[in-house]
Amino acid sequence: MAERAFHVARLPGFATTAIIVFVALYLPIFTLVAYSFNASTSLAVWGGFSLDWYAKAWDNQQVKDATIRSLIIASFAAAISTTVATMAALGTTRRRAFKGQTLIYVAINQPLMVPEIVTAVALMIVFGLIKVWLTSIGMGGLTTGLGYLILAHSAFCIPFAYLPIRARLEGMDLTLETAAADLYASPWQTFRRVTLPLLAPGMIAGAMLAFVISLDDVVITEFVKSGGQDTLPTYMLGQMRRQLTPEINAVSTMLLGLTVVLLTAFFLLTRKKT
Amino acid sequence: MTEAVTIEARNAVKAFGQGDHAVRALDDVSIQIRKGEFFTLLGPSGCGKTTLLRLIAGFEMPTSGAILLDGADITELPPNKRPVNTVFQSYALFPHLSVAENVGFGLTMQGRPKAEVDRRVAEMLALVKLETMAGRKTSQLSGGQQQRVALARALAPQPKVLLLDEPLSALDLKLRKEMQVELKRLQTETGITFIFVTHDQEEALTMSDRIGVMSAGKLQQVGSPKDIYTRPVNRFVASFIGETNFMNATVVPGGVKLGTGDVIEVPTTRPGAVTVTVRPEQVRLVAAGEAGAIAASVKFLVYFGTDTHCHLELADGTEVVARLQSPANGEAGIESGQSVGLRFAPGAAQVLED
Amino acid sequence: MSAAEERIVRQSTRNAWLLSLPALIVLIAAASGPLLIVLVYSFLTPGQHGNVVWEFSTGGWVGILWSQDIFTQEWVLADAHLTIFWRSLWLSLLTTVFTFVVGFPTAWFIATRPLKERALWLFLITIPFWTNLLIRTYAINEVLRKEGLMNTVLMGTGITDTPIEVLYTQTAIFIGMTYVYLPLMVLPLFAAIDRFDMRLLEAGYDLYASRMQVLRRVILPIVKPGIIAGSILVFVPSLGAYVTPRVLGGGKQMMIGNFIELQFLQGKNWPLGAALSMLLLVIVMAALLVYVRYANKGSSTHG
Repeated sequence: MAERAFHVARLPGFATTAIIVFVALYLPIFTLVAYSFNASTSLAVWGGFSLDWYAKAWDNQQVKDATIRSLIIASFAAAISTTVATMAALGTTRRRAFKGQTLIYVAINQPLMVPEIVTAVALMIVFGLIKVWLTSIGMGGLTTGLGYLILAHSAFCIPFAYLPIRARLEGMDLTLETAAADLYASPWQTFRRVTLPLLAPGMIAGAMLAFVISLDDVVITEFVKSGGQDTLPTYMLGQMRRQLTPEINAVSTMLLGLTVVLLTAFFLLTRKKT
Repeated sequence: MTEAVTIEARNAVKAFGQGDHAVRALDDVSIQIRKGEFFTLLGPSGCGKTTLLRLIAGFEMPTSGAILLDGADITELPPNKRPVNTVFQSYALFPHLSVAENVGFGLTMQGRPKAEVDRRVAEMLALVKLETMAGRKTSQLSGGQQQRVALARALAPQPKVLLLDEPLSALDLKLRKEMQVELKRLQTETGITFIFVTHDQEEALTMSDRIGVMSAGKLQQVGSPKDIYTRPVNRFVASFIGETNFMNATVVPGGVKLGTGDVIEVPTTRPGAVTVTVRPEQVRLVAAGEAGAIAASVKFLVYFGTDTHCHLELADGTEVVARLQSPANGEAGIESGQSVGLRFAPGAAQVLED
Repeated sequence: MSAAEERIVRQSTRNAWLLSLPALIVLIAAASGPLLIVLVYSFLTPGQHGNVVWEFSTGGWVGILWSQDIFTQEWVLADAHLTIFWRSLWLSLLTTVFTFVVGFPTAWFIATRPLKERALWLFLITIPFWTNLLIRTYAINEVLRKEGLMNTVLMGTGITDTPIEVLYTQTAIFIGMTYVYLPLMVLPLFAAIDRFDMRLLEAGYDLYASRMQVLRRVILPIVKPGIIAGSILVFVPSLGAYVTPRVLGGGKQMMIGNFIELQFLQGKNWPLGAALSMLLLVIVMAALLVYVRYANKGSSTHG
């Protein structure tokens, strides 16, 4: 009898739909991963388990370069965006409303609102102009570096770094800082010894999100990069125009693995605080 | 008064959890609630009173046993098919609807014509004195007003039974008193059977036609407020409702013998060791040594304004509290340390049945 | 306010701005500032081989809807452009509606799980949300291709005997966008349902509502802010989608994003590309404004 109980929160077909959604969400990803272990050259037939495509990807100089470039850009972008986002979070939280507060919020969240393709095109134009100008004053050598890409990535990573830091700050007990001040700490000592250590998990979480976001970016990088400056995602996008081999799957799987590891760490890190 | 039964629970059991971890929130409860009465389920939190209410509403299904409405088995009927409405503890007013839309919700769902719904809503709002609030959002109302909307909403479809789940618990004392009167008025005017759940014994005593006292998933006693108060069947009922004194005694011919050796006349059918209970207001103090009085000494006094509670100790160490009228100004009262005699009003002492 | 208090407020405001300054500089240099240059470019004259000539022209904006016939010099409505706009709009709307239809039951399912399980289900929705959009699109490509999982299953079960060619069609873009943007619908819906007071369901059923009536008259009106948020979060990136139509549409089925790229990378008409970018930006901003407006209104009346 209890089996036929009336559950108020149950709606017909909802659970089934949800399960189908979860299966549909993961099936393509699992297929992609599975085919990275395919011994066959074709994506159509399964030729048995093999790690050949990983070895091939590893030997591919282009993949290697793109990976290193991706990691360099993501590291710098994460470091820069986290630093400026931390300062901005300290500036915008835990004080009474001030003139221009909304303006700062809008500016920080702007990369989330503007379509990527628009930002990409805008950056392409601006960096084109800068390149012309640098060359005209005889400093063309500066145009080959990763500086543009790092700056562009830092900008769109700021809102992602800002959110967890701000959340952490808002959840922080103000009395701790008052207590430190009461115990003769100078404002700088208070910040260094109390605020910063308490803020650290938020900053690490923010840096990790920024790193993942930078690592995953395709559109902006595709438009801003100079020739031969492929990152891993733009390399893959380029490959997708050509003949597809499971090598792409192997590269995807590695990138996927890295993302999942970082995300899991992020969740564990942010969960601890609650 | 007709004795027709509206709601009946037969051997209702509700277990939560599985196997060894199963907890019986309701343990074999059978109860009959009469048509048109104000019935209160009284007990401490976790006693199963709300579970019983939810079984009647249809939000839960019993693990075993049955719920009957006018003699028909409704155990498996979903809540939207039962002519039973609930006033929720949290009110559960729809935040996206106006006061009038909330009150008319049930009628609209039943597919009644719009004109009828409007007329009925107006009637209901008049009944709870909220005519001027019809267009308001429920979030703009005070707690007492929300309470009235919840009542009007539940009464509008003219249910056979109205279930009230601790509806007054969120209100402050003054408002609660007002609403108690209001609820009683509504029940009399509508003639609908009310099943009222509360943990407040005073509320239960003042409002109910009958009370069912519950504890640990079991129904302890059912009866009129006076029955429950003056003839509690067990220690739980006696102590949960009002304050009382307990004394150990043994049954002797013609009455019971207390630990002090005094014998008091109490009718009982039980043999051996028993517990005797007397309400504090039924304890009379007399001069020490008066014939037939039990010797006691005053330990301390607690002043309550009109009353003073006098804490006494009997010769065998038993503590007894007597509620006395506070002495008039200038009049000397009893003092601590004083030796006194005590008597129980005729028929005041009860032997508990278990 | 006393002079001392005023001084403290002024100091606090100054500190807020000083601390925010580095972030603002990065953002103005590489996010907001460049948008202004795009606006300027949209009013310039296209250069011979891409780029621009610094002469004022409204040609970029006019070119959004009209094109000049090479021979007759006559301005005619640009059908090809309209097709692309219509496709972008239609596919974005379809994606929004479909992600809602499947996302709502999913969000409801997660929100009604026991508290212990809930975090896990939520995590399962979040992982795809953070994983590379390109990889997810590519995964869909693998499923949909001629020899992919979908056709293998369809032919293996005998539903069809010839492979269905979905890849490089609008259907493929629709499937791909639904797939990649679904978490953006589920997450705000979940947040709204999580706040929903489940006791209202009991009140609804108690007052004779059927399951469908409870859904329509109680649940949906109350979680409406979540529905609006999810719809905008899906609609906005769908409209500006670039990667998904490129990988799954195969260059034939362009959306606005690809059309903008075409104007720049193929070096055809930078002012037109700039004007299109601005147009897209305006539409997106309008959608967000509607949302902010609605969200504020909702919070003030629903208390």
